[in-house]
Amino acid sequence: MQEIEKKEHKPLIVAFCCNWCSYAGADLAGSSRLSYPANVKIIRVPCSCRVNPIFILKAFQRGADGVILCGCHPGDCHYSTGNFHTRRRMGILFSLLNYFGIEKERTRIEWVSAAEGQKFSLVMNDFAKTICSLGENRRLEDLRCKKN
Amino acid sequence: MQEKLESLMQELALKKIASGEVDRVLAWKKGESYFDVSPAIFKESFDGFTYNAFCGANLSKFLVEETKKEGKVLVFLKPCDTYSFNQLLSEHRINREKVYVVGIECQGKLDINKVYAKGIDGILDIEETDSELKIKTIYGDKTVKKDEVFSVKCETCKSKKLVVFDEKIVLNEMKDNKEKRFDIVEKLESMTEEERFAFWQAELSKCIRCNACRNVCPACTCTNCVFDNNKSGIAGKANADSFEEKLYHIIRAFHVAGRCTDCGECSRVCPQGIPLHLINRKIIKDMNTNYGEYQAGETVTPLNPIVDFKKDDVEANTVVGGKK
Amino acid sequence: MQRIGVFICHCGTNIAATVDVERVTEAVKKEPYVVFAQNYQYMCSENGQQLIKTAIRENKLTGVVVCSCSPRMHEATFRKTAEEAGLNPYLVEIANIREQCSWIHKDIEEATEKAIVLARTAIAKLTLNKPLIAGETGVTKRALIIGGGIAGIQAALDIADAGYEVDIVEKRPTIGGRMAQLDKTFPTLDCAACILTPKMVDCAQNEKINMFTYSEIEEVKGFVGNFKVKIRKKARYVDEKKCTGCGVCMANCPSKKGLNEFNMDLNNRPAIYIPFAQAIPNVAVIDPEQCLKLKTGKCGLCQMKCGAGAIDYTQKDEIVEREYGAIVVATGFRPIKLDNFNEYGYADNKDVITSLELERLMNAAGPTKGTLLRPSDLTHPKVITFIQCVGSRDVSGCGKPYCSKICCMYTAKHAMLIREKYPDTEVHVFYIDVRTPGKNYDEFYRRAVEQYNVDYIKGMVGKVYNENGKLMVQGSNLLDNEQITIPSDLVVLATAIEPDPSVRDIATKLTISIDTNNFLTEAHAKLKPVECATAGVFLAGVCQGPKDVPETVSQASAAASKVIGLLAKDKLKGNPCVSHCDENTCIGCSQCEQVCPYGAITYEEKEFRIGGGKTEKRRVACVNPAVCQGCGACTVTCPSGAMDIHGFSFEQINKEIEAICKR
Repeated sequence: MQEIEKKEHKPLIVAFCCNWCSYAGADLAGSSRLSYPANVKIIRVPCSCRVNPIFILKAFQRGADGVILCGCHPGDCHYSTGNFHTRRRMGILFSLLNYFGIEKERTRIEWVSAAEGQKFSLVMNDFAKTICSLGENRRLEDLRCKKN
Repeated sequence: MQEKLESLMQELALKKIASGEVDRVLAWKKGESYFDVSPAIFKESFDGFTYNAFCGANLSKFLVEETKKEGKVLVFLKPCDTYSFNQLLSEHRINREKVYVVGIECQGKLDINKVYAKGIDGILDIEETDSELKIKTIYGDKTVKKDEVFSVKCETCKSKKLVVFDEKIVLNEMKDNKEKRFDIVEKLESMTEEERFAFWQAELSKCIRCNACRNVCPACTCTNCVFDNNKSGIAGKANADSFEEKLYHIIRAFHVAGRCTDCGECSRVCPQGIPLHLINRKIIKDMNTNYGEYQAGETVTPLNPIVDFKKDDVEANTVVGGKK
Repeated sequence: MQRIGVFICHCGTNIAATVDVERVTEAVKKEPYVVFAQNYQYMCSENGQQLIKTAIRENKLTGVVVCSCSPRMHEATFRKTAEEAGLNPYLVEIANIREQCSWIHKDIEEATEKAIVLARTAIAKLTLNKPLIAGETGVTKRALIIGGGIAGIQAALDIADAGYEVDIVEKRPTIGGRMAQLDKTFPTLDCAACILTPKMVDCAQNEKINMFTYSEIEEVKGFVGNFKVKIRKKARYVDEKKCTGCGVCMANCPSKKGLNEFNMDLNNRPAIYIPFAQAIPNVAVIDPEQCLKLKTGKCGLCQMKCGAGAIDYTQKDEIVEREYGAIVVATGFRPIKLDNFNEYGYADNKDVITSLELERLMNAAGPTKGTLLRPSDLTHPKVITFIQCVGSRDVSGCGKPYCSKICCMYTAKHAMLIREKYPDTEVHVFYIDVRTPGKNYDEFYRRAVEQYNVDYIKGMVGKVYNENGKLMVQGSNLLDNEQITIPSDLVVLATAIEPDPSVRDIATKLTISIDTNNFLTEAHAKLKPVECATAGVFLAGVCQGPKDVPETVSQASAAASKVIGLLAKDKLKGNPCVSHCDENTCIGCSQCEQVCPYGAITYEEKEFRIGGGKTEKRRVACVNPAVCQGCGACTVTCPSGAMDIHGFSFEQINKEIEAICKR
């Protein structure tokens, strides 16, 4: 009976998208009517290198179940080198989170160009599926935030 | 041997002060007992000046404030401290012209808590030989082998090289044991995610947010730390929730990534005995494996793996913290 | 107290069909600081914008959120609308409820809920928006062109034609570049000199164009509109103003051992020389490596013979400082060195030559006065074999992985010209593929094959060796599947081209990124092919990628039009969403400087009050807002959190995360 009372958990996914490639790629997915789950919410940043590790932790703290970063393909960064920095920083951060026991699949980085609307949709569908199968994020949860 | 080193150091310090080349000395001072040692500035009186197996403290960070003052300061740096010194030079945190660096011998420093852990209590005095501690206690004399009570940071010594000095006092050969440096990290990596989570959950829940690790860290020299800055949105203090500690230690590790020389001070000072150096060491290991061998502080350079990049770096998703 | 207005667009049915706009309107009214909310059919329409303006005025709004299409569509529109109503344009936020909501979701319930979250997020961010004012900087109405080849010349002429001053800096003693070395140009076979030299003369005569030949870029400072450049004028030992270009000095110079670079080192020139007859400026230059006077102090013949008194052995390098509003990089190319290609025997056989050497051998002004004679014995070669893709499309690591693009066409040109002039010559061409896209290009190649009977052999050459004075070209014929050996008199290698090596130094000085093959990287491969990521710097010619003359000229004109567009402005409006440093927090650790792709960060020792009437000198980072492009790399690298970025601030993004994650 408890099972019935428990509300079905809808995973929440925060996607950071760089303004020049991936956000445009998301727009293209939109104009091409390529759907992906509504629980993916996009935050626009100028470049993937704007994403501070604190943002990712903050998202998990506030109840996100997965965080994905999207940027221009390496070498195509609008700011020429931004995503190279992202790649190293996030390589280190994601590995460290995993070292702490946070499931590797909860964090991801994908390169999506402005022309890759289809890829954007595929990536988001796949990521949402992965997060769904992982279930609720409990290892980086902050009960103070989850309760209210 | 220890006494000889100590007296040579004091001799040199006095000579340099007498000649006016420096006007003060940054070294270690004996407290109430042999193992109670703390960093101190010596000027006129050299009372309590000491250098023994418990002088683990890394003096380089003090130079950030010291070199802001008038006059030149003489500092004694152990091999691993010289790495921190170089790193601080890279970050323009120390005025090199105001420091006279004396590189000194180090055969590994000890942790008194490990002596206590051996059931030795009521310590009255300690005498040191090359390989042993002769301990006088109220319950009688005891001996302890030094290599059984190494401070956690000296259990695996990355290098005994003095990477920077104006003068050095080294009487005996020093040996590192860097082969073992990543052993525990690898052990953690071989655990499952769940086990790793349990390990860190247990360790980090001991954290009382005393900030000792941050305050001692030579890579943490910000005057307005993000954890004290209300604007940062992470300036929490209390351990109201288990999230807080994880956030604190992840952010701290990330902030010093690439600049951490692996001096191990964080673990040495943690009153709760959390092996904090294992966090930084994981980052160092990841950087070494994925972006090329790098040792912070080996040379003076503003470039480090976290601000540098290669166009064909491995993809971030492929860098993993360990087994599934 | 903030007063926020939220405007929800139906976008006809684009949004309204899947998002319940009424419900969104009601929901956002409950958000803090929201005092006004309205939905309308088309917010971007004249009426919709009017509605926003009225609401701003009547409700004294301090900020506006528009829930509509992507900010990439209409952010600029709505910012302008707000500005017209007296609101700072940066107090506008867009919630993307079309591309990222209504268009991808079918379920009304789901889409409406998401739209509310997106609106809430935009409102949350807006509460932290600050009015921003884009900085304005003046524009120095002068352009700098680095490189005086056809690209630089064309760009200079176009810019000068629009009425702006242009400086050309060319490292060689004359402008003209590689094109001046060519004999004929495809696909029309005009003589290169005939079409290039008039342009060179135009440059010299145009009073808007100022040439710094035999000069190099020493230092570049500043930013778009305001570059400050130091140019090193190397000592020519000849007074440019006095020299008449008569050539008497050349005739009298006793040192004649210098290799003639213009003729690809195929013959010699005196120590004092004019590179070629049509050189611009037509002024002699002394090669200090060869000049006896400069080397030993004994000689001075040229000075004695010079009627104009132009020779000055005491001349020193001179540094000239100039200011510019825009820079065009047109540093061109060179053929690659063939050290890695021993199989073709280039180093051992005088009669194995590169295509550019062949150009000189066929040119009337070249070492053989235009008669095709092979270098070893100056006889007419009867069998000539061309080998294409020497070092191009080479993934072995010896050469270049890319296609040099021009070789197929010039080889066809060479083959055709030889067959035309010397019909008794046998011409073979080894090729991997023949790539001749372009207007009248394939026709040109087919003419070589069909009309001039050039023998095209699909296959690679394995070895060229000398046997009894014949060059044996051993290769495979893939179509007949056989190994063949062609005894030849002359072998011509279609050598790959690479960016001129000076480009590396230029790229560093201008903070332009460079790819693995040393080509400069344009701002966008498709949509910004002549711009650089560094504002105010433009690219023309082969420095950006292999291209032929017509393409180079088009790119040069495109770069010129971009420069003209820039110089036409009196003030440049910057992007105010740039980094800034909190000097009280900054510790001057230099990490941010390392990740800044624009060199926008410098450090200064500044005096700060530390209480008790005392001050302390600290090293702090300073961001030049005119140079910063706002990527945010510094903000994450900064350990102290001193670096932040307007419009995407730490607090704003945190607030957005909180709003999104609020359940």
